[in-house]
Amino acid sequence: MRMKKVIGHIAKASIGGSIRAVSGRNGATPPQINNLFNIPIDFFELIDEIAIGVVVLDLNRKIVAMNQTLKTFTGFSQEEIFSVACGHILRSNVCLQNCPVLNIREESGPKCIEGNLINRDRQLIPIRITSAPLKNINGHIIGFLETVEDISLLRKLDDAASHAYKFNNIIGRSPKMEKIFQILPSLAQTDSSVLITGETGTGKDMVAEAIHQSSSRSKGPFVKINCGALPETLLESELFGHRKGAFTGAIENKPGRFQLAHNGTLYLTEIGDLPPSLQVKLLTFLDDKEVFPLGSVKGFIADVRIIAATHRNLEQRVNDNRFRKDLLYRLNVVRLHLPPLRERQGDTQLLLDHFLNTLSTQLGKKKLALSRKASKILMSYNYPGNVRELRNIVEYAVNICGDRQVNPKHLPTYLMDADQVDVATGVKDPSSFETEDSGFKNSEPQQSWSDIEKSMIIEALVKVHGRKSKAAASLGWARSTLWRKMKQYGLH
Amino acid sequence: MMPTKILIPLNESDVAPRFDLATEVLIVTGFGKAGSLDKRMVILSRASAEQLCHLAITEGVQTVICSGIEDDYYQYLIWKRIEVIDSVIGSSEVALRRFVEGTLKPGEIL
Repeated sequence: MRMKKVIGHIAKASIGGSIRAVSGRNGATPPQINNLFNIPIDFFELIDEIAIGVVVLDLNRKIVAMNQTLKTFTGFSQEEIFSVACGHILRSNVCLQNCPVLNIREESGPKCIEGNLINRDRQLIPIRITSAPLKNINGHIIGFLETVEDISLLRKLDDAASHAYKFNNIIGRSPKMEKIFQILPSLAQTDSSVLITGETGTGKDMVAEAIHQSSSRSKGPFVKINCGALPETLLESELFGHRKGAFTGAIENKPGRFQLAHNGTLYLTEIGDLPPSLQVKLLTFLDDKEVFPLGSVKGFIADVRIIAATHRNLEQRVNDNRFRKDLLYRLNVVRLHLPPLRERQGDTQLLLDHFLNTLSTQLGKKKLALSRKASKILMSYNYPGNVRELRNIVEYAVNICGDRQVNPKHLPTYLMDADQVDVATGVKDPSSFETEDSGFKNSEPQQSWSDIEKSMIIEALVKVHGRKSKAAASLGWARSTLWRKMKQYGLH
Repeated sequence: MMPTKILIPLNESDVAPRFDLATEVLIVTGFGKAGSLDKRMVILSRASAEQLCHLAITEGVQTVICSGIEDDYYQYLIWKRIEVIDSVIGSSEVALRRFVEGTLKPGEIL
């Protein structure tokens, strides 16, 4: 808009008035604009007042005049630029590849193209060039007017805006995730305990780590412990540490996770599974910020931020007397509930694209695209395992797919089974998801990836009568990859 | 005497305004002040500053005469001990002649 105004202004001045002398180089009479005001005004002084780059070209695209902004921008002086072809001074890819002036006709309006230029300081700067014809009073083109805008700041803002749906490695555009992204930065700056709740696979661990990485404690350690993974006695020792001789087998002093997380963050995952006796000890720590290793009378003041997470309903566990109410209140200073994927409108597609891009790069595959049918299946699936399940499905598809497009045959078959339910609703055409020629059929959800990969290799080898190079090609792998994987699965 | 090798990215007969957008390159081998100049045109499959830098190195070029060049590539060529006379505007023939005469400087508008 601003450029159009500038162009409009100059064009009107040129048409309404007249430029008396198109010269001004080396002390010649400077060009003037007449009839705009009562007295003539200096053309150079006028364009120098404009805050964006302005250049006037003749019909041969040679520079007639350039304002100070553009001279500063390109690094050339008035003496240097006069009558030099525009492309040599602007040094823009637009001038060289798609010169807008070449296509300007008498009836043309302004043309706006984005590109870049290299200035005399050897910097590559993104620009936006707007070109318009300059006409004489008879309406014939006598030259061109171009404005050049530095859009590096806009580009930076665009980049920032494109990542506005991202916090660390967490991606989402849905309103629920946007709310979380708004909270997270300020939350990271506090030292309050955080309780993250949400179904399995919603990204609790990622959020905990993102909070740590964005906090002032990011230089300190991020220590994670799964409260449901260890027996009670072992967990106590792991959390709080022990002194030599505290119990049989305690042959040396061992620092606990609290001590290890000093000046950092301790992430207690599956806090809902923390045994009651340890709940008391954790409660004591949250009150006193001091831990007592087993067998020690001397405490250790640990400067630790606690982030806890669970997929369990803690209120329900409190009602069932399986979780201490006072601990819940102490942990529940800030509570973040991560929504399941089915409640994140629009995020499934975003995550699908993201994982498809990143995983195909990670796994050394060509950039893959989803076919319409595959996309329909994936979009209509419920994802009880949330983002983790979606990621695994995409990883599976990327591994299986030997083409450039992911088709239904490249997806785990259990998705088709789940999708059969939707047939009645007309979501899916049952005839369109044939899996007979999918290369392999066995992809039960409960099977591990190793099992699936092993059966894939066997089927590929059987198909090509044991010829490894052909099998590798059909799997989309290098021969060495096939050899390594065969060795891994004992398929010799 | 060791021959002097010069590389000039071209846009028609002029020094190309952009090093990274040139698809034609003039490689000139000169044999001393009185010696003749051996000129060779190289057509690149695509415009690429990396490819041009690689060409300059593999050809054993000692001087690159160009116009707009990004600082990264300029510094890289300098690091590879290749002299770069940049921001040269005008005919490649004139630039070459001025170089042979020893009067070509960076930023010259010929």
